[in-house]
Amino acid sequence: MPSVEAEPLLQVNDLAVHFPIKQGLLLDRTVGYVYAVDGVSLEVRRGETYGLVGESGCGKSTLGKAIVRLVRPTAGSVVFDGADVAPLKGEALRTRRRRFQMVFQDPLSSLDPRQSVEAMLTEGMRAHGLPDGSARLRELVAAVGLPPSALRRYPHEFSGGQRQRIGIARALSVEPDLIVADEPVSALDVSVQAQVLNLLGTLQDELRLTYLVIAHDLAVVRHVSDRIGVMYLGGLVEEAPSQALYDDPQHPYTRALLSAVPVPDPELEDRRERILLTGDLPSPAAPPQGCRFHTRCPWRQPQRCDDERPQLRVIEGAPAGHRVACHFAEGIRDGVIKPHSVEPVVVGELSAHGTVPDLPGSVTEILGR
Amino acid sequence: MTTHPLLKVRDLRVVFRRRGEPDTVAVDGVSFDVAAGQVIGLVGESGCGKSVTSMAVMRLLPARGVEISGSIELDGVELLALSDSEMRERRGRDVSMIFQDPLSSLNPVIPIGLQITEVLRRHRGMGKAQARAEAVELLDRVGIPEPRRRLDTYPHQLSGGMRQRALIAIALACRPRLLIADEPTTALDVTIQAQILGLLSDLVRETGTALVMITHDLGIVAGMCETVNVLYGGRIVERAQRHRLFGTPRHPYTHGLLRSIPRLDSPPGEKLAAISGSMADNLPWAHSCAFAPRCPRVLETCLDITPDAETSGGRLLRCHNPVPASAE
Amino acid sequence: MTTFTARRKARIDELAGGRSLTSEAFRRLRRDPVAITGAVVVGLFVVVAALAPLLAPHGAAETFVELKRDLRPGTIPGPMEGFPLGSDQLGRDFLSRMLLASQQTLLVGVLATVIGLAVGVVIGTIAGAFGGWVDTLLMRLTDVLLAVPHLLLAISVAALAANPSQTTVIIAVAIVGVPIFARLLRGSMLAQRESDHVVAVTALGVRRSAVVLRHMLPNAIGPVIVQATLTLATAILDAAALSFLGLGDADPGRAEWGLMLAQAQAYLDVRPALAFFPAVAIIVVALGFTLLGESLREALDPKGSR
Repeated sequence: MPSVEAEPLLQVNDLAVHFPIKQGLLLDRTVGYVYAVDGVSLEVRRGETYGLVGESGCGKSTLGKAIVRLVRPTAGSVVFDGADVAPLKGEALRTRRRRFQMVFQDPLSSLDPRQSVEAMLTEGMRAHGLPDGSARLRELVAAVGLPPSALRRYPHEFSGGQRQRIGIARALSVEPDLIVADEPVSALDVSVQAQVLNLLGTLQDELRLTYLVIAHDLAVVRHVSDRIGVMYLGGLVEEAPSQALYDDPQHPYTRALLSAVPVPDPELEDRRERILLTGDLPSPAAPPQGCRFHTRCPWRQPQRCDDERPQLRVIEGAPAGHRVACHFAEGIRDGVIKPHSVEPVVVGELSAHGTVPDLPGSVTEILGR
Repeated sequence: MTTHPLLKVRDLRVVFRRRGEPDTVAVDGVSFDVAAGQVIGLVGESGCGKSVTSMAVMRLLPARGVEISGSIELDGVELLALSDSEMRERRGRDVSMIFQDPLSSLNPVIPIGLQITEVLRRHRGMGKAQARAEAVELLDRVGIPEPRRRLDTYPHQLSGGMRQRALIAIALACRPRLLIADEPTTALDVTIQAQILGLLSDLVRETGTALVMITHDLGIVAGMCETVNVLYGGRIVERAQRHRLFGTPRHPYTHGLLRSIPRLDSPPGEKLAAISGSMADNLPWAHSCAFAPRCPRVLETCLDITPDAETSGGRLLRCHNPVPASAE
Repeated sequence: MTTFTARRKARIDELAGGRSLTSEAFRRLRRDPVAITGAVVVGLFVVVAALAPLLAPHGAAETFVELKRDLRPGTIPGPMEGFPLGSDQLGRDFLSRMLLASQQTLLVGVLATVIGLAVGVVIGTIAGAFGGWVDTLLMRLTDVLLAVPHLLLAISVAALAANPSQTTVIIAVAIVGVPIFARLLRGSMLAQRESDHVVAVTALGVRRSAVVLRHMLPNAIGPVIVQATLTLATAILDAAALSFLGLGDADPGRAEWGLMLAQAQAYLDVRPALAFFPAVAIIVVALGFTLLGESLREALDPKGSR
């Protein structure tokens, strides 16, 4: 385990990213907003790995992109090493980028097909005026476990795992403090994922890196993270040290998520109890009022869950680092509140006001990319 | 499993030929049986031949540039010998398939209801009204709320999970005896995946349909499949009953794969035992073991002699130097 | 173990090639019979054009007594000793004029395409890189140009000139190409802007200008280059059409295929060869460029790598 200091490297305060949904041929008219990230606060300490987990459309990728300032936050601040990077633009933002880097999900598409590995690595160093001698280049490729001959080659000549190594080397080339890794292994073959996860771990120890790992795979996130934040529809519903989250999930959604992950162990699979959620994730363009999870929650209680959005809090008897956004977390833990069946609500019918027809399912769909 | 197998695949070999390029052997001598009502798994990574195997069984591979040999018997009938129109008759009626991407396997311009009634009327000779009633029943059974209203919706108006349910409804419309599910939940989120897997398990139990589950996710097969086939480079390298396979994996690939994936219940922070290299390192099966370059237990023999599939005690194993049974 | 490590090493060495996408594309082109046919036609055309002054036995404006002798209304002399293709309508050597005309045709085609390409690339790059109102403004302008049929546009532009010349033809034909290139490039630039690798270099902190010029443009320009070879064919045809309509060079001595074809129409019944040869030459050259362009498109398409 790397040494984790108490001092936060990154502080995200009440961050929101809303994408306008535009319609119209000549003059774009904003007909609504996608609330991709809606009021997220979290802290990442220097040297630790913070895992963000959630299903597609929960806003975890947008949050990651807002932190490395690839999208502009609508509101809130992203305090990186003491200074807010949310309002930065132009040259000030560009030079600041050296400190926080990103590793992308698809290693092939995130590498310029026309650039050799060498050109790719020197580019960032030159942009920030860092020394880019051949010794440094060889050191970089060696650090990610590739031979020096890799420098002359092009992305299409590598396998998926090797490409992801190049993506990591590129992020490392500018000597960042924070690396945001968005689904770093989900595009890789199962047998290769472990190599990349191990590599990330080794690099963290050697270079004292801070990670924000974003993934949908709970097992991956739990394996690499010190602390985990669970996202649902643009907000954090629970945050805990990774072991605590697994041992004592407090939010109904976390419980359902943990119980849904298949484990490669028949004994365990045979006797586990599944909390099956009914229905789908509501559209982020029309999130439900109150607790965002109430439409699918088997523990939902009348009225309060429908009307009041719960904030992250430490419940009675839980350790300080374990926060949950649920009004009835204590009652659910103690078994006072029993799960009940939920009528599935079909997505698209939630917006009774009907301003936005055919609600898109996710941010990606809305932005049409 | 003493019953006569419903599907009998023997020495299936699929070769892709392209002008000016060396042949690609996608499936290289795969044999397996599926009994009625049985759930088996074909697991492996991309390029291991699992999907090509299922496409071959469905006879969905293009005729040009593809060479299929071996035998695929469904209930004693050799599928590879059937004419295209005879095969079309069987598809949907005797054997159905569910694909990974439900959106692209549904017709985007035809309402869900019509896509189901079409199958019902063609294969089960139902009248219009009867087919509609049956479609409502099917949609209801796969857990689509308000099935009557859903009949007229188009695929794009449904969420990913609902689309996959609709696809399952179509696949089951003719009560096929064999259902092939090719990565049915890979495009879905885990909570939706749990719903769909639960649904598939229930349907198999209720209808007695045999299910071939094709996936890269070892967790899925661990919970669902009685017998698990592990594929590597186009061949089955290990096959066993699921408790035995996961309890004592004998092939170094299976063994390594199980140790390399992070698990929810393993102690956090420890290094994963990664398998070195990638698929690109594979050797041809013809005169070596394809996995040899990546294998931690590799012997000189592995590079020169193809390991034969040996069956002992219900376990099939293709390895010169398997992991000792007591190792785990 | 020795053989194993040796084999493994051999495999790695074999992979140590370092072949760029461009060289892969050229490798594919060299194996494509369509590309080779196109390249041979285009190559021959370029060689003939370049060497035309040496190849042509006579000058373009030179008239000959031998030819003029038999030249009267209703007859134009055919092939004879020293004049393999016979005379044209004014008693000049037809073969020499055909050869020398290739030079003019190439000059007009290439210059018009290159100018159109250059302007189009600048507009497309600006629109694609900046987006927003700059993009909207530039694209509405190109839409206006695209709305006019291309030959009509070329004719209108050429007709604006006070006195028609080769330069006006080149400019007119170039202007026709501009909106095509600009639109095409802008589209693929926009696609590049959203692509992961561009986002990745932006995240790396690379300057915007470098992102646009080093990453977006080189990856977006492929289809535009292909379009340029195709446009070269239509440029030659357009230039020929302008000459045919009398909007080309007024200098009677200068030989150009389109102009030759135009002037030959009066003598179609007397000596069809006068129209046949320029027409076939234009078609063959245009076809050569089209074949080359189409196979280039296939070779550059990453999906076509099978």
